[in-house]
Amino acid sequence: MLDTLELSRIQFAANISFHILFPTINIAMCWVLFFFKIRHDMTQNPVWMRAYRFWVKVFALTFALGVVSGITMSFQFGTNWPGFMETVGNIAGPLLGYEVLTAFFLEATFLGVMLFGINRVPPKLHTLATLLVALGTTMSAFWILALNSWMHTPAGFEMREGVAHVTSWWEVIFNPSFPYRLMHMLVASGLTAAFFVAGISAYRIRKGDTKRAPLLALKTGIFMAAVLMPLQILVGDLHGLNTFEHQPQKVSAMEGVWHTEQGAPLLLFAIPDEEAQKNHWEIGIPHMASLILTHTFNGEITGLTEFEAHPPVKPLFFGFRVMVGVGLLMLATAWFTSLLLLKNKTLPYWLLRHLEVMTFSGWVATLAGWYVTEIGRQPWLVTGVLRTADAVTSLPTGNVGTSLVLYLLVYAGLLTAYVHTVRLLARKSVEVEEFEVDDHATHDRPLIEEGASS
Amino acid sequence: MSEATLLPVIFIGLMGLAILVYALLDGYDLGVGILLPMKSDEEHLRDRMIASIGPFWDANETWLVLAVGLLLIAFPSAHSLVLYHLYLPATFMLLGLILRGVAFDFRAKAAVSHKYLWDLGFKSGSLLTTLTQGYMLGKYVTGFIPGWGAEVFCLLSALGVTAAYTLIGGAWLVLKTESDLQGRAIRWARNANRLTFLGVIAVCLVNLWVNPSVFQRWFEFPLVMFVLLIPAICLAAFMGNEWLLRKLPFPDDRYCAYPFAFTAMIFTTCFTGLAFSFYPAIVPGKLTIWEAASAPESLQFILVGALVVVPVILIYTAYAYWVFRGKASDLKYH
Ligand code: HDD
Ligand code: HEM
Ligand code: HEM
Repeated sequence: MLDTLELSRIQFAANISFHILFPTINIAMCWVLFFFKIRHDMTQNPVWMRAYRFWVKVFALTFALGVVSGITMSFQFGTNWPGFMETVGNIAGPLLGYEVLTAFFLEATFLGVMLFGINRVPPKLHTLATLLVALGTTMSAFWILALNSWMHTPAGFEMREGVAHVTSWWEVIFNPSFPYRLMHMLVASGLTAAFFVAGISAYRIRKGDTKRAPLLALKTGIFMAAVLMPLQILVGDLHGLNTFEHQPQKVSAMEGVWHTEQGAPLLLFAIPDEEAQKNHWEIGIPHMASLILTHTFNGEITGLTEFEAHPPVKPLFFGFRVMVGVGLLMLATAWFTSLLLLKNKTLPYWLLRHLEVMTFSGWVATLAGWYVTEIGRQPWLVTGVLRTADAVTSLPTGNVGTSLVLYLLVYAGLLTAYVHTVRLLARKSVEVEEFEVDDHATHDRPLIEEGASS
Repeated sequence: MSEATLLPVIFIGLMGLAILVYALLDGYDLGVGILLPMKSDEEHLRDRMIASIGPFWDANETWLVLAVGLLLIAFPSAHSLVLYHLYLPATFMLLGLILRGVAFDFRAKAAVSHKYLWDLGFKSGSLLTTLTQGYMLGKYVTGFIPGWGAEVFCLLSALGVTAAYTLIGGAWLVLKTESDLQGRAIRWARNANRLTFLGVIAVCLVNLWVNPSVFQRWFEFPLVMFVLLIPAICLAAFMGNEWLLRKLPFPDDRYCAYPFAFTAMIFTTCFTGLAFSFYPAIVPGKLTIWEAASAPESLQFILVGALVVVPVILIYTAYAYWVFRGKASDLKYH
């Protein structure tokens, strides 16, 4: 039987994994919408508006899922991790509070204007509303990642009677791993949105949509990915170096280094064995890991056995390879497709299919990355300050079990409905005529619109 | 007063404000959800009712996040204690909120044949949310004591809170809709007004009866003259509503905003009454705000931000309401 601790961990992981799916798309998607809107305002070319109109529907749907799962998150700390707030509440509380004050209200309020106000406010204000929502979502990421990074690399506080007290807010917020994590997450969001947009546009084109809007969106997505992916590798590398400095046991687990090595190889594949404390089936590039992490050929990487405690190795080892693998696939896809697009070639059928398959690839990489980071912090909840096992609630197992089962059922249903509905939206848009009446009458229509909600 | 004494008082005030604003704002959109008529030929009514809350519901729910956030920030141990006792009802409330939040968006985008199901989801999600909120209020007021007497009180409170949300939802529709639908809304609001009145009376009586300290506080001498104003205003608002809802609608739609104003007054007085009964306890009978407060330097840090940001939030919220002023038209994503 699972105990309350295990159930709470599974529940927290399930809730946050579900939540992160939607913000990762939307943090960047909102900037893409802003881009479409600005291009329309500048060129007055209606095709940008059509692209905006389609994607804003997808955005709204994604946003709704992000919000409801986020509200669940804000109860999680109290319901399942009372020890967390009691120990580090003085730090976590204000950071979460600033997120609500500066980000959530901004995005939630202007979302209304953005979605329903296009005929009620002047075009410039509508574009501004889009910008404010984009700023809001990005600010959300800023605060929550400040908290999460602080949990990995705590700084700017002192312990008094078992409770953390702040000595410098600046150090708390800009803790050592924060800049890297924020950058890496924002770029991850950009990539997730880029492949999401490109994949759905590819689907529309394959279904015979010859309008210009989907091609435009596809290009936007692909070019975005082509630029962001190399940047992500760079940022990811810096992030890794930072982790190597502050949480070396995590990196050793990611690289599968059991015993301290000089000139450790970069393992492309292996099966780590926790009991024997070694790897089976190793395939690696000699010296590469040392070179990447220490920038010297024979640099030393401390083995897992040297640490007092180390995180579980298998999930880190494989999670990391899934993330990087998906990243490399993204790079190849984005560059190859860009090449064809730049040469004005039509995209072959197989490539469209491939892009469709990649629609949700950002989710896979993002989740894998988060699992590496979070599992890599175990057994700590806040590195060196609070153990996960000491933070958990004393609730009866039955209660947590019940809630967990309910959440899982609901999430499975919602995820199916979401993917299904996005597909349906794309499908429906194929049949829409090129010149909708709406395009001409954007700004000067009467206040009362006709027609059913769509 | 020293900082350590004053800051918790400020924060309990802010939190009270957030809860009250939440109850008013999310109250009306939950109420609208509960009121959805579900006959198959009433789809256009449902469209219009949902259109009346479309641009607002997300921001409305954010007030709940703020309220829980403030509890978490300022009174972490109370936050843990409360949510420990309310674990299952809070879970059900969250499931209700999830269901209605997504149904709102899916209904317009899913296949036509599924729209009815999502509407049903919206209605039942709203109902689940209000029932659990009322239940939790009951639990909180009774200091989480077990036993079936307390359970009965909690169920009563669940019904009372649901009736109140229905009332404010009805009043919102009176304000935001016209013709047939408005006529229905007036009837809904009138019935809900009576139910809510009964609910408030019942909850008050039981509360006085089970909590002798509350009784003492209300009927202590010099104060009694002053504090009895609270129930008096509340009663006047109920009567005003009853009278007005019998007469509405007037030509030119005059006074259509009054039921909402009266209902807001009912909410505010009831809330003030509750707050007065228990202050300075944050968990009745268990914890005071000073025992539960977090460190002053953390409260200060967030207070500075709150003082700057909250007025800005209020300004742009007002702006959003101004943009969508007037009667609700059918919603259209562009
Ligand atoms: C689209 C998503 C995506 C892609 C393509 C990549 N990553 Fe990543 N990675 C993330 C999304 C992500 C993430 C989900 O955003 C994480 C988890 C927490 C964080 O800050 O970023 C993460 C974590 C993360 C960590 C762990 C840091 C820690 O434990 O504190 C490292 C070392 C890297 N990444 C490195 C890379 C490298 C070298 C990549 C090159 C291919 C790469 N990532 C591609
Ligand atoms: C940025 C905000 C985040 C915060 C504040 C946060 C905080 C936490 C907390 C409190 C736990 C509980 C400890 C435990 O279960 O072991 C945890 C664990 C976990 N989190 Fe996060 N987390 C964040 C982001 C994420 C994201 C986005 C994901 C996934 C997509 C994630 C995945 C996990 C997983 C898988 C665990 C379980 C680790 C384990 O139990 O071995 N986290 N995190
Ligand atoms: C412990 C972790 C978390 C908590 C408590 C939390 C809480 C919330 C809440 C309450 C909302 C709804 C806001 C509203 O009412 O508008 C929300 C939405 C959002 N969250 Fe989280 N969140 C967490 C983790 C994360 C992470 C890891 C990210 C991304 C890096 C993130 C980014 C966002 C964004 C961008 C939104 C806006 C909604 C959307 O775009 O879909 N959150 N979150």
